[in-house]
Amino acid sequence: MKVVIIDYGAGNIQSIRFALERLGAAAVLSHDADEIRQASHVIFPGVGEASSAMKKLYDTGLNAVIPTLKQPVLGICLGMQLMCNTSEEGDTEGLGIFDTEVVLFNTNLNVPHMGWNTVDGSGKLFSDISQNSHFYLVHSYYANCCNDTNATCTYELPFSAALARDNFYGTQFHPEKSGAVGAQLLQNFLNL
Amino acid sequence: MLTKRIIPCLDIKDGRTVKGVNFVSLRDAGDPVELAQRYADEGADELVFLDISASEEKRKTLAQLVRNVAHAIDIPFTVGGGISSLEDVGILLENGADKVSINSAAVRRPELISELAQKFGTQCIVVAIDAKQIENEWVVHLVGGKVPTERKLFEWATEAVERGAGELLFTSMDHDGTKQGFANNALKQLSETVSVPVIASGGAGTVQHFIDTFALGNADAALAASVFHFKEISIPELKSVLRNNQIPVR
Repeated sequence: MKVVIIDYGAGNIQSIRFALERLGAAAVLSHDADEIRQASHVIFPGVGEASSAMKKLYDTGLNAVIPTLKQPVLGICLGMQLMCNTSEEGDTEGLGIFDTEVVLFNTNLNVPHMGWNTVDGSGKLFSDISQNSHFYLVHSYYANCCNDTNATCTYELPFSAALARDNFYGTQFHPEKSGAVGAQLLQNFLNL
Repeated sequence: MLTKRIIPCLDIKDGRTVKGVNFVSLRDAGDPVELAQRYADEGADELVFLDISASEEKRKTLAQLVRNVAHAIDIPFTVGGGISSLEDVGILLENGADKVSINSAAVRRPELISELAQKFGTQCIVVAIDAKQIENEWVVHLVGGKVPTERKLFEWATEAVERGAGELLFTSMDHDGTKQGFANNALKQLSETVSVPVIASGGAGTVQHFIDTFALGNADAALAASVFHFKEISIPELKSVLRNNQIPVR
């Protein structure tokens, strides 16, 4: 197994590496297209602002690499959002892997949506994880529910907590920061 | 449902955990990484590390401690204390901190909040506010609560959020160290004033104080130190009582 975490200068990626290490999986940070293509599993992280993160992907050519990957790919938080069609944040196009759009919370509740919320998930990523388990989220934008949604979370209205299509997966929550259930989800990803 | 968060705070000096009583006298309460691990295992929702030596001694970095903590625990944590530049924040985030908390430097130069939010995203910028009531006004204080400023709590909180604070950590210096409960009136007004989560800090002594700060103070999270460090309140027990009081917890 060779896990590559895509390193394109978007936020805190050490936490993901440390979380994989706790599961006994060494991970390499890379922005090299060949190294990413050769990985058994690819993690696409991201923290920060969507349009500037997309610009970084264009600058490095990774925008063309990521959608063509064949191995399991997991986008986390902004990574997942960038895999959607569009984002309202900075009004940017996404990678168009998941057939949905990312929009700003329009609510009287606090924004960002920050903390531990319950997630209803299904599919391989959620095996051995109880319904309504708590995951840690921090985000101001969310992906609308769509045919690719395989987990939902509710913050005034339901949104995509996780997406899946073919070999592509995405979570709005941070599994690397979600205690034991998060570790289980990462293990499920590594088991793919 | 989004849950209310319980946040043990580890005050760090010279690599060890300490807790100030009214910010002055200090007691040693253990190794930070070991404590962090214990709290994560017990069900803490998040941790805050405040380097209390930083403001005074101008110590620039907690990078190694942050790295050790990030290695050991699988819940989010915030690092604060003496942070005054984009470079400081970059180093802490690169080493695995999820959020940083800024305090004095933001009051001195509010543009810092905007610059940090733009570079790193609002989600990782916590603005910590220490305030004390003087003649019915909540006056913001600096340098661990020693220096009064011209700023008032609610107007400063509003500006901090407009500039990009993703969360506020409000410590009432009148309550801190007293174990008489949180500043719930001010907290309630604060949560009505801003649209970001508010962490209550200062005054935790009993389980009832936590119930009150969520139910009456409308806090999104409650932070405490010595009641956890000295095992006066256990986190599993606290959460069980909160749950029985219809306060959603993990």
